[in-house]
Amino acid sequence: MFLSIKTPVPNDIPLELPLPEWLLVVLLIVSFLAHIVFVNVMVGGSILTLWGQIKGLKNKDYDVFAHEVAKTITVNKSIAVVLGVAPLLCINTLYTVYFYSANALTGLMWILIIPLVTIAFLLTYLHKYTWERLDDNKWLHISIMGLSVALFLFIPLIFLVNVNLMLFPEKWQSIQGFLSALTLPNVLPRYFHFLCSSLAVTGLFVVWYNKRKNYPVEEIYSSLTRYGLKRIGYNLALGASVAQFLIGPIVAVSLPAKGYSWGLFIPILCGVAVAVLAVRWLWKAVTGPKEDIDKNFGKIVLALTITVVFMGSGRHMYRATALAPHQKLVAAKTKEFQRLSEEARTNAANAKPVELITDPSLGEVAKGAAIFKQNCTSCHKEREKLVGPPMTEMVSIYENDPEGLKKWINAPGKKRADFPQMPAFAQLSDDDLIELSKYILSIKK
Amino acid sequence: MDFPMFHLDWLNDRFLIAVIAILHVIINHGLAVGFIPYITWLEYKGVKNAKSDEITNIEWDTLIYKKMKVAFIITTTIGAMTGVGIWFSAALVSPSSIGSLIRVFFWAWFTEWIVFVTEVVLILIYFLTWKNSNKSMKAKMRHIRFGWFLAIFSWITMALIVAILGFMMDPGSWHTTKSFFSGIFNPIYLPQLFFRTPTAMLIGGMFGLLLTSIIAKKGSEFRTTAIRYAGKWILFWTPFVLVAATIYWSVMPEAMKANMSTAVGTMEFELYYDVLKYVIISSVSLALIIAIWAVIKPKTVKVWMVIVPFVFVIGFLGIFERVREFIRKPYVIGGYMYSNLLREEDYPLYKQDGILKYATYTTVSEITEENKVEAGKNIFMLTCSRCHTTQGVNSITYVFERMYGVGQPLDTTSMSGYIPNMHVGRTYMPPFPGNARELNALSAYIKHVQQTNEPLEGVQVTGIKVNPKNSVTATVKMLEDKKSKKVN
Repeated sequence: MFLSIKTPVPNDIPLELPLPEWLLVVLLIVSFLAHIVFVNVMVGGSILTLWGQIKGLKNKDYDVFAHEVAKTITVNKSIAVVLGVAPLLCINTLYTVYFYSANALTGLMWILIIPLVTIAFLLTYLHKYTWERLDDNKWLHISIMGLSVALFLFIPLIFLVNVNLMLFPEKWQSIQGFLSALTLPNVLPRYFHFLCSSLAVTGLFVVWYNKRKNYPVEEIYSSLTRYGLKRIGYNLALGASVAQFLIGPIVAVSLPAKGYSWGLFIPILCGVAVAVLAVRWLWKAVTGPKEDIDKNFGKIVLALTITVVFMGSGRHMYRATALAPHQKLVAAKTKEFQRLSEEARTNAANAKPVELITDPSLGEVAKGAAIFKQNCTSCHKEREKLVGPPMTEMVSIYENDPEGLKKWINAPGKKRADFPQMPAFAQLSDDDLIELSKYILSIKK
Repeated sequence: MDFPMFHLDWLNDRFLIAVIAILHVIINHGLAVGFIPYITWLEYKGVKNAKSDEITNIEWDTLIYKKMKVAFIITTTIGAMTGVGIWFSAALVSPSSIGSLIRVFFWAWFTEWIVFVTEVVLILIYFLTWKNSNKSMKAKMRHIRFGWFLAIFSWITMALIVAILGFMMDPGSWHTTKSFFSGIFNPIYLPQLFFRTPTAMLIGGMFGLLLTSIIAKKGSEFRTTAIRYAGKWILFWTPFVLVAATIYWSVMPEAMKANMSTAVGTMEFELYYDVLKYVIISSVSLALIIAIWAVIKPKTVKVWMVIVPFVFVIGFLGIFERVREFIRKPYVIGGYMYSNLLREEDYPLYKQDGILKYATYTTVSEITEENKVEAGKNIFMLTCSRCHTTQGVNSITYVFERMYGVGQPLDTTSMSGYIPNMHVGRTYMPPFPGNARELNALSAYIKHVQQTNEPLEGVQVTGIKVNPKNSVTATVKMLEDKKSKKVN
């Protein structure tokens, strides 16, 4: 492995995985795909809303369309967030070392996700609930959505930078914050891949939303028809899917070779093949006769779902291949560390307890002096104030009361306003306390 | 040791988690767990008190709906995102501890997630179908039933997370069995759950009272009724809060209780020894006063009157969480991992060989006289920076100057004498894990910080430097050596 002197091998957390690895992988892929579909309609929906509203300045019906889409964003975003927790949990468990390291290296931007998403969500509510109130101030209303779209476009980039960076421990030493991680060559192609999939999924969502039988298109719109609305959806899905055929290869080329294996081509090519079918049906829907527009809808959704599952699996295969050699080293090193730790524990347990180093010249207070040195010298000196008062002061207070001194050391109270309170030394045995106070009181004032 | 160290040198790393977590708890308890049953109860009252020819009183129903709208918007934005934020911030600040907890509690969190998904779906249904449900009696009653379901699921979410929190404070028998169920049924679990439930109801009621006094039209009949109901709700739950708080206090392990006073921020020990007790008593009494007032003289209740007890009750919850969080010290996972993120079981190894040898990321792996300060900086980052900053909140110069005199030059010999023994007297401190050379390097660094005010940046700014002893090259060599040893 090149750069291997600069590539870290951290120890993993020495606790068993809570479930078999393959099951964790399945959970990760499935829950992630469920999450990302809702993220797609959230991001795509917000873009579509903005588009509809700007177009709606000339044709009121598009403003209505924007409003209808906007109503779904706030629902989809809640589901997107809650569905995101499971893949987060899985990736944290499965790739603890890699994921957390990437998080820390892009730390400020990573934690900014929280306020940024919150603000984006609040803006979508503000936008949704001020539709009537800001009717005569349309540009202000549109800019609220514009801001929210800008945030929705930026946030996925932070996630992508992280899941990308985690794959390349050999690059970690060259990273200084989010921006430098952003410039790794494969981040932007993956980002546009995501954006196009968002638009494609949103297109299908728009079709489904407007083809529902109990959805009263005629009551809501004045000039736009059900067919017209569905066409917006199909066109969007078609355009975005075709764009994927351009971006996909760029993603593939820009990914470092270390994650590739021949096996990876199976899911990727299968995914592409099914996607070709979907694009064909989409094309038919857009160009075919009006009444046949929904003929292949079910097939399109199914085909694209299969594509997504294939691509999701391919994505995981790349990750697994890319990290496998490094994971092996981590596992071996963790084991070795545990062995060393165990050995050191045994040695320490068998070692004789450290004897107090006593100075025999001190005679009968030698033991007390040693105890004092170990427990008290960080705060008390013989004749000067350090943290606590000097020993000479203790002597003047407890000269005739060694019991009181013992009691105090065992459980001190607060006496002086200008001194911090002394901690209790309850761990000292009674014998130790006797020796200690004997020594303290032997100091000459 | 194994993760790049994110560090906020002014704000303090723990503060980041604390702000996010406390905000989340306030919203979760106040606007979900305690608020949903309160709202559903009021919605039901609307149906019950309606005239015989109507489903519910529309004006009353609209008032309750508006209150729910506030809760809906806040819980699905700030509430949801701060929940995720706890994960994010813990991953940054405390990766080893959250990583360990996830492995033990995977299924608890996974179950929590399923409940949580249900909760979100239910809140979407409950809020978004509210207006439509007013069309028929059957739909309205079903809607109210959804409210109760939502309330139950919100409570279960809390019940699960409390198990995990309780575990972090006192892992009970987990030490020996390291299993999921022994973690769940730790001795603090039920008392804490019993304490949180009525507290959430109380805070939910306070939110309700506040929102009513802001939203409801002045002088309207519904305002009076709604304020009186909020008062009754608070009055009903307050005795439970007091009883539960007493029980909870008494089961907290003795060691934690002894630490409690130091837990409350940087306040002086003796002055705030009972701070939590007084905050509970005063905030609960204030809540009682406003509740009784709301029941007896609902017409005279003004927004400002509610704000003071409201702030107090929120403060009570905030301080409770902060104390709960801090009394874990010196551990982050009781008896297993210290708050410096080092496992107790690895201490003998660190003591024997030093910590730098095992640090994956450090700019110094062999200490010399020349690189002493730089080495100390790495040791500080590895062993102190989770709780201490150099210049900001709970800074290392501040804690030493407070002992040895503010503005006085720090003495490395005194510090080196103090640090290895600090955990003896100050039981909230983990023992220093390093060896003697590392100790001296650390003292030299602390003195250097005092002299130069040099800030300490985390990896999010500086990036990392891999310890050559823990690189791929070194690991491969180590494995080869081991293999050849076996062959021989």
